[in-house]
Amino acid sequence: MVNKTGDSDKQGMTLIVKTITRLTVGLILLYGIYIVLHGHLSPGGGFAGGVIIALSFIHLMLAFGKDLALRKLSRGAASFFESFGAIMFLAIALLGFTGGYFFFNLFFKGKPFNLFSAGIIPLCNIAICLKVGAGLFAVFVALILLEIPIRKE
Amino acid sequence: MIIYLMCLILFCVGVYCILVKKNLIKIIIGIGIVEYAVNLFFILVGYRLRGRAPILAKEQVIQNMVDPLPQALVLTAIVIGLAITALIVAIAMRLYEKYGTFDITKIRRLKG
Amino acid sequence: MGSNLLPLFVAIPLGSAFLVSLLGKKLRGFADTFSNVATFSLVSLSLLSLLLIRSLGTVVYKVGGWIPPLGICMVLDSLTTFMLVTVNLISFLVTIYSISYMERYTAKWKFYTLFLLMLAGMNGVIVTGDIFNLFVFLEIASISSYALVAFGVEHEELEASFKYVVMGSVASTFILLGIALLYSYTSSLNMADISRTLAQKAGGRLVFFVSALFIMGFGLKAALVPFHAWLPDAHPSAPAPISAMLSGVLIKALGVYALARIFFNVLGITAKSSSILMVLGAISMVLGGLLALGQEDIKRLFAYSSISQIGYVVLGISMGTTLGILAGLFHLFNHAAFKSLLFLNSGSIEYATGTRDLRKMGGLTSKMPVTSYSSLVGSMSISGIPPLSGFWSKLLVIVAAIQAKHFVFASIAVLVSILTLAYYLKVQRLAFFGELRSTLTGIKEVPLTMKLSMIILSLICIFGGLLLLPGVQKNFLNLATGILVNGNNYARAIFGSMK
Repeated sequence: MVNKTGDSDKQGMTLIVKTITRLTVGLILLYGIYIVLHGHLSPGGGFAGGVIIALSFIHLMLAFGKDLALRKLSRGAASFFESFGAIMFLAIALLGFTGGYFFFNLFFKGKPFNLFSAGIIPLCNIAICLKVGAGLFAVFVALILLEIPIRKE
Repeated sequence: MIIYLMCLILFCVGVYCILVKKNLIKIIIGIGIVEYAVNLFFILVGYRLRGRAPILAKEQVIQNMVDPLPQALVLTAIVIGLAITALIVAIAMRLYEKYGTFDITKIRRLKG
Repeated sequence: MGSNLLPLFVAIPLGSAFLVSLLGKKLRGFADTFSNVATFSLVSLSLLSLLLIRSLGTVVYKVGGWIPPLGICMVLDSLTTFMLVTVNLISFLVTIYSISYMERYTAKWKFYTLFLLMLAGMNGVIVTGDIFNLFVFLEIASISSYALVAFGVEHEELEASFKYVVMGSVASTFILLGIALLYSYTSSLNMADISRTLAQKAGGRLVFFVSALFIMGFGLKAALVPFHAWLPDAHPSAPAPISAMLSGVLIKALGVYALARIFFNVLGITAKSSSILMVLGAISMVLGGLLALGQEDIKRLFAYSSISQIGYVVLGISMGTTLGILAGLFHLFNHAAFKSLLFLNSGSIEYATGTRDLRKMGGLTSKMPVTSYSSLVGSMSISGIPPLSGFWSKLLVIVAAIQAKHFVFASIAVLVSILTLAYYLKVQRLAFFGELRSTLTGIKEVPLTMKLSMIILSLICIFGGLLLLPGVQKNFLNLATGILVNGNNYARAIFGSMK
């Protein structure tokens, strides 16, 4: 079910797909980061941006085969980022206790509609983006790498 | 009114899929359809006549927006649906590994 | 300082779950000690909340400083403290038990991560005051329990887990549909605000449809009878500490508590919904009892017995009278104690002998004294033998039914109690008394941590009747009952204590 040879020319898809992927995957990643950072100004936010970032890595895996994608972001790193994103979110929420309430918005709020405004919301977006992106990629890798012995009925 | 009825028909299609189909993957697709129907219904509940998208940009007056609260709630519900789908697909793959088939009438060891 | 306690019930297990997931693989023994420290701190916090409620009354905590009904609020009233004490105490004892039991499975840190996430979900359901927040925490707890049922990946566990996932997600979809309809009618998500609006706007057919959806959704989580089909497959297949958690607290925190909170405090109980719930409770009692008689797998028998006992709890609570609700809540607490004790016993038997089949066991008393005596205490308590705790709660249910002139339900309760005694005597005879089989002569008693949990739980069973002493009852059970009996006071209490 999975291509086991280490020959990188035979893994993945055809030459056309590989060329287009090399051109566009960086743009997809940048687009995902844009959606995360502008989460408090325009639609999107942490979850949507995280899914797009995960999709850029999955695109890499589909076009080039699993070895190259796992070199860019290994399973251990994905697992680490997932837990780290969740702990960062919880730490921001617990920091609110110093302002008086759980989840209190205590950072500098700035002028509305600027990029650096709205207190803790951009930080929460970044934390969620880390968790969702890493988590979705980890789920995909786990399902791909599950080797099922082909039964002869 | 007709829109709500169509959401209900989508819901019934999903429930039919879960009840009648025998392939594990088709049951998973049925669960997905049921979740889509309920999320769609929830967003349609928030529609206001002649409303526009509830996004506030610079120097714009608040007028005639649809209800933004169901949109936030449905975003959460979609994430929950994603988690359930990921889990049930993993369980289905392991079931294929153990039993050798995706047919639910043959996966019947627990009885009584 | 006092009210800052509330978010900690959710933040502590959530933070511990992610820390265990981060560090549990690398540091040996970290997962065990950290989870036990976390659950111990939760138990002490829940006991502290009992004292807090005496000094401060109903506490409303505004998350993020946003005033309800604009923001989410967390509510601590007497019913909340009652459920918190039950859930956290049982989960602490189960974590102690699983230090030794889960050695047999791989990847203990994954187990603790999922367990702490399930605990965070349950605590969140109990503590929240907002109906969509209840749905989110319900889903967190449910998804963790789906994964935990399939933990040891064998044939039967995966099949049981698949069945459980499909039925559980259909139930969650019904609950979400009910919340959507309720929001469209009252345009608010705060439970106190909804109850205030419904008191003025009189729902009619929409509220009846919403209550039907909620009975279907939460009834499946609580394993009431037409919706019970997942439970006899899911509870036996899970590892023993998870069976204890599922049967002992999950079906109560997610199912019975949510039903009680929504039907008494938010929607307002009517004669129609009360009688529907009473009939469903009675059918659960009878069906669970009858189906448990013919089982040979010890955990499957306990699972059917859970269905039967939840029928008692729902019958008691849905009667609506003060004595009925008191009986239902007391039986809920008792059942959490003795059912988790019985499931932990079955786990010990499986750890020592390697089988769950009653026909292959026999005469285990000589080799495993702690297990067999605690199992005796648990079985006698659940069957209603005086002076153990189960006797008092079942007696209260029957007396409450007679007092409310439901003589049919009272006689059904008495008959099912005799039935319960029958099948628990069967378990005791086949498993513990009699001759020790030749295949089982090499078994030993279980390790210390497992023995400790079982001993503490059996002590709770023996002394549980003391909760009915006048001084103790006034502070613990009567206050919890009062919240449900004066259902309409919920909105007034929440908005009053915010000023």
